[in-house]
Amino acid sequence: MEQSPYAVKKSIYEVKLWEGDKPLLSSLNIELTERCNNKCIHCYINLPKDDKEAQKKEMTGKEIKKILKEAALLGCMQIMFTGGEPLLREDFDELYIFTRKLGIKVFIFTNATLIDEKRAELFSKIPPGEKIEITIYGMKKRSYEAVTRNPGSFESAMKGVNLLLQKKVPFVVKGAILPQNKEEIEEFEEWAKTIPWMDKPPGYAMFFDLRGRRDKQKDLIKKVRLSPQEGLDIITRKRKEYIKEMKEFCGKFMKPSGDKIFSCGAGTGGGTVDSYGKFQLCMLLRHPDTVYDLKKGSLKDGIENFFVKIREIKATNSDYLNRCGKCFLKGLCEQCPGKSWSEHGSLDTPVEYLCEIAHKQAEFLGLLEEGEKAWEVVEWKERLDRLTGKEKSDNSTLAVL
Amino acid sequence: MEQKINIKNTYCQSEDVVAREIHGEFIIIPITSGIGDLEDELYTLNETGKNIWDRLDGKKSLKEIAMELSKEFDAPLEEIEKDVAGLTEELLVRRIVLEV
Repeated sequence: MEQSPYAVKKSIYEVKLWEGDKPLLSSLNIELTERCNNKCIHCYINLPKDDKEAQKKEMTGKEIKKILKEAALLGCMQIMFTGGEPLLREDFDELYIFTRKLGIKVFIFTNATLIDEKRAELFSKIPPGEKIEITIYGMKKRSYEAVTRNPGSFESAMKGVNLLLQKKVPFVVKGAILPQNKEEIEEFEEWAKTIPWMDKPPGYAMFFDLRGRRDKQKDLIKKVRLSPQEGLDIITRKRKEYIKEMKEFCGKFMKPSGDKIFSCGAGTGGGTVDSYGKFQLCMLLRHPDTVYDLKKGSLKDGIENFFVKIREIKATNSDYLNRCGKCFLKGLCEQCPGKSWSEHGSLDTPVEYLCEIAHKQAEFLGLLEEGEKAWEVVEWKERLDRLTGKEKSDNSTLAVL
Repeated sequence: MEQKINIKNTYCQSEDVVAREIHGEFIIIPITSGIGDLEDELYTLNETGKNIWDRLDGKKSLKEIAMELSKEFDAPLEEIEKDVAGLTEELLVRRIVLEV
């Protein structure tokens, strides 16, 4: 068909609409529920699976379908169903089929514990169009369930994984690294290699976000997240690859951001709908002033008008302006309004944990001396040039000239 | 896999695909397995392809479709028949259209 004069078969990424002039909405995340059958110690969103109050507040299937229909009209090609555990919703299969019939591909983020024969068959017959993403919490029952606090969840997850393998439903696995399972990384990666659809090593979550709802779970998450040094040891365990990757990255994305707080693409061409119909710029940012109520409006208005205004918000916190605003580690640091909200309840408060992680990485890369503060470094451009090799190539050019 | 096309026969769009027009691209997206590849493949039709696709309604024969297009675009019937049969054959192989 590639050579046909009438029709062209191409990758979704080659279609014109993904370049330059994108549709108003290219992709959308929908949190189908905040409830989960696991009770993971590090998770910022899981409510108990039988939380009736939460269930009552959740969007109805009809409301979700209305959002999906509008998403399709706006040009959306990909929807991510996440949660909580999205498969926990009784009408998940119905919503999934509805979305696929709109011609939208579905990303599913799941723990795989609720994938039974029937669901595996459904995914085989009507493929999501995108690889299912499964988070694995440990390679042994003991470590896995020490994280999920759900007896039997290890067996259920492995059963789900095996059903997908049997039915040849494409999926990938990713890890959440915690003190309970951090010794199992090698074993996890070896196992991941046996999954036919893993075309690169698994991704990991380890610098966990606190809880946007600001309840007691926040203190528990603080206790289980890795120290910046432990995280650095994991990130840099493939030293050569890490340095190569960071040299390229740092050459592109490192500079102080001033009073601008949104330097990512959040809210442009997409967003996240929470379980209750609130439209957010990204998954983390749940500050009440930054969310748009879809029960009273539309995706279009949210993106075209509301999000545009939110993205114009500037930092006013002097601590942020004096540190983050002047810090050249911007690209290395995960500081953003979403993380600030998750940790502190405001949009522009420096997150100490993320700052320490960025500084550890910068020290490892030779951008900072131990104890130096990046926002105090005047000659940061020269340091970046030394790391990325720009200084050397400039010299070489001069030598040739 | 060869599929014989008969210009006198009638064909319809499969219910296993969805056609969407987004930003000027006319895209056919498979929603069940066995049509195209699972990962990120989809099909886009050009203007000629779209005009033919819109008429594959399971009621009109390919001959009738060609006559309709020939009239509408003031083009030689023989040429249009070749286009209609050509595209339908490609789509039939992919199970994007079915013979009625």
